[in-house]
Amino acid sequence: MEALQARLKTPADLERYRAAIKAKQETITHRLSVCGGTGCAGGGSARIRDYLQDYLARRGLSARVALRFTGCLGLCERGPLVIVSPGEIFYQKVTAADAAEIVDQTVLKGELVERLLYTDPLNGEKYVSANEIPFLKKQSRFLLGDNWRLDPASIEDYLGLGGYAVLAGCLDGLNGAEIIARLKASRLRGRGGAGFPTGIKWAEGREAPGDQKYIICNADEGDPGAFMDRSLMEGNPHSVLEGLIIGGYAIGAGEGIVFVRAEYPTAVKNIRLAIARAEEVGLLGEDILGSGFDFRVSVSVGAGAFVSGETSALIRAVEGQVGEPRQKPPHLAQQGLWKKPTVVNNVETLANVPLILRLGTESYSGIGTASSKGTKIFSLVGKVNNTGLVEVPLGMTLREIIDDIGGGIKGGKRFKAVQTGGPSGGCLPASLLDLPTDYEALSEAGSMMGSGGMIVMDEETCMVDLARYFLAFLKEESCGACFSCREGIARMLEMVEAITRGESSPGQLELLEELAAVVKEASMCGLGQTASNPVLSTLRYFREEYLAHLVDRRCPAGVCRDLISFRIEAGICNGCGACRKSCPAGAVEGKKKEPHRIAAALCTRCGICLETCRYGAVLKE
Amino acid sequence: MVNLTMNGLEIAFEKGASLLEAARFFGIEIPTLCYNEGLNPYGACRLCLVEVGAPGRSRLVSSCTYPVQPGLIVRTHSARVLKARRLLLELYLATCPSSKIIQDLASKHHVTRVRFKQKNEECILCGLCTRYCAEQMHGHAIGMVGRGAERRIGSAFNKKSEDCRLCGGCSYICPACQARCQGPDEKSAVCGACLNLAPPCLDDHDDAMCYLDPCAACEMRGER
Amino acid sequence: MQEGMIERSHPFRQNGISLISQLQQIQQEHGWLPEPELRRLSAATGEPLIEIYRVATFYKSFSLAPRGRHRVTACCGTACHVRGSAGVTREISKLLGVKPGGTSADGRYSLETVNCLGACALAPLVVVDGEYHGNITPAGTRKLLKKITGPEAGNGAAAER
Repeated sequence: MEALQARLKTPADLERYRAAIKAKQETITHRLSVCGGTGCAGGGSARIRDYLQDYLARRGLSARVALRFTGCLGLCERGPLVIVSPGEIFYQKVTAADAAEIVDQTVLKGELVERLLYTDPLNGEKYVSANEIPFLKKQSRFLLGDNWRLDPASIEDYLGLGGYAVLAGCLDGLNGAEIIARLKASRLRGRGGAGFPTGIKWAEGREAPGDQKYIICNADEGDPGAFMDRSLMEGNPHSVLEGLIIGGYAIGAGEGIVFVRAEYPTAVKNIRLAIARAEEVGLLGEDILGSGFDFRVSVSVGAGAFVSGETSALIRAVEGQVGEPRQKPPHLAQQGLWKKPTVVNNVETLANVPLILRLGTESYSGIGTASSKGTKIFSLVGKVNNTGLVEVPLGMTLREIIDDIGGGIKGGKRFKAVQTGGPSGGCLPASLLDLPTDYEALSEAGSMMGSGGMIVMDEETCMVDLARYFLAFLKEESCGACFSCREGIARMLEMVEAITRGESSPGQLELLEELAAVVKEASMCGLGQTASNPVLSTLRYFREEYLAHLVDRRCPAGVCRDLISFRIEAGICNGCGACRKSCPAGAVEGKKKEPHRIAAALCTRCGICLETCRYGAVLKE
Repeated sequence: MVNLTMNGLEIAFEKGASLLEAARFFGIEIPTLCYNEGLNPYGACRLCLVEVGAPGRSRLVSSCTYPVQPGLIVRTHSARVLKARRLLLELYLATCPSSKIIQDLASKHHVTRVRFKQKNEECILCGLCTRYCAEQMHGHAIGMVGRGAERRIGSAFNKKSEDCRLCGGCSYICPACQARCQGPDEKSAVCGACLNLAPPCLDDHDDAMCYLDPCAACEMRGER
Repeated sequence: MQEGMIERSHPFRQNGISLISQLQQIQQEHGWLPEPELRRLSAATGEPLIEIYRVATFYKSFSLAPRGRHRVTACCGTACHVRGSAGVTREISKLLGVKPGGTSADGRYSLETVNCLGACALAPLVVVDGEYHGNITPAGTRKLLKKITGPEAGNGAAAER
């Protein structure tokens, strides 16, 4: 791409530049999109890109075949993924060794590499086009859909897809109040967790007195099992940046800050690059597109604290202090960063802003339910066949997401629960699978929308152990200031741990519930106020599982180590010795070719013998 | 001045003040462990919780950090507040039984049993000492170190701070380190009942305003 | 806020760089936060040492002790947890002789746990010296660690018996 000679000074300059980019893109005959999302990168997709790059160069195809290293393409389970267009041919589980074949067969001859095509695990059908794969077809990928069409490092790709046209339109023809009116009409609600209406938040920021204001993009995605914001930041950083600039313009902020967690190095890199490129072409800085609006964006990298995702704590973290929340009021719109009016929006919320303004509020609010508009990205993970990111209209039922898109439960096991909302959310049982994913419906059921983590669990997940897991997480991640949160969580954890060891009594459940209710009421910030949800929701829907631990001293899922034991079935064991060799505790004894046995006193119940035995002779009881 | 409603009474109070200051000015007793008039409020002990907002949409907030707001409806002794306060006091007793201040507060709130496992912490992390050191002495010798369950009061690198001037203010202000009254039952963290006044009528009523005698809440309930 | 109260209204920023960023720079340079560096920072900026120490102990990414030459990170996010990361972490801890969050006495290995790396499709996930390894089982940990433990230590636990 030719470098731009000078900063863009008017909306017309931007359109001319866009036309030049599109003209240049027409010389490209094929595009190879290699997924660079974390899942695929973990599977070695960077090497695939390097091989493809080398091979294209060797075959002299570099000029007409474009190679992109993109953000998450969604179906992480089948990574590394490569999409070849035209045709949107979807190749999965690709290795570096397949690179040459993809170029030779598909790019040059237009033939398919059959073995790399996606086969549906349910009906055994093969799919060629990405658009036909059930996992993707049933989604509404408004926010994620462009991921494979653009290289996150390239502002030209984003501009080629019509990017920043909405910003130009806003700067040229709308004032802040008009933009906010449209957002209000769209009924967009914050995607970070609580679901506060974005339009109202912006209006408060705009109306707050003061000439210096800030807008912060909260990319401190700390919920375990959630990576929606990461994929937006990594895959389409300019869409987030465009939303942030529009937000700054609407509320009258001169400075924007992207607060991103250090665990996401690629997101940090990509957003920094996006900011630098936007500055170069004149979409950031002074007098953007001749509108007189000045706006700068900086990146603040978090140092690792879940609680600093809470907005008041986030402000302190950006200021460089200990990230403890404070009580509101004063609200951030009055007193935020450096005591100036501040608006904090989540990544996905900001990415929705250009979308809403482009689609128009009417079409946008046609998506979703009465109270929850638009689409939501969920990270569908756990014991589900198609792990990955799914973007669906709000209101789609849990069943549709898990069965139709997620392809049901792995290994033909039985569904037990789905956890939404991260450590602040709750676990919902099979009887609630027809619940729509709507802010109110999820809250009423004792969970919450949260940022969009959706963890599917099967019969082998112990719900008491899961409650223990979240409490242990929160015990570490609470800032520790409020007594109710610090000591309350520690005590709840103690009580739940006692249950998992079979050392508790049924009366403890009532005390646990009483304590959980008080922690919820008495704590200062969102972390403490929702910390009880995993306990309360599992007690509400899976009480019998708690009772099995308490009364029968039994863990039905076979997870809690103090309540299970391993045994070798003498009739099946042929004495191969694999378990004996693999046992790290030296608990398996027996002579070669004779049935082995496990010495209960030595056994640490790690389960390695069960995993190693090829004959199914090791039983968990 | 800001006009607001506290326990059904319309009151006016200085702008910028906290609900706790207003309540105490009007003689309403609210227990605290981490509050001191001479220090910045911290909101950590959660005992000064009050219920704010219109019925049905109310929530509990720490009154020491919540500013008086025009038109705010505040209830300092609703059943919801007292339920939380009592359980927290029970938790305090279970955590740090050696403090006389905690013992007395628990006794006043009719906390007569401890259902949690008894621990013996010496510190409740109320932060009075660290704030005293920083705000009054400009010492910055000690601070809240660590996070979550690991949080503790300490000096940098666990070494004696060069900034400490041995003023002793930290131990003077500490609510946790005065020896408790051991009363007739030495082992129990609960007060021996020498101080136990008649418990408020919460089992029967939603609100008790026991700073008033006779109790207005009880009388009003009776009329309704 | 009461009037007359002393509150530092502008937390420390040197040349527009926040304390957290300064600590991140020190950590980048040294791999951890050595005490003399923090004392120097305090002296140079006037920020009380305890405030610097508080920030350094509050955030998980800061380390006040040197870390091992080989760093093993076990993801303990929810997706990894339901797929058995607890057992994996336990085995790694046993094999390396290091508790989660700790460093071995000889400074060879550090074992860290992290609350989600966002690669949930690969759960349970273990990162060894920056390289991602997915779908790890307790039995698979020994093979996984061989690269850093070498063949002799690879059977560490077995050899001890």
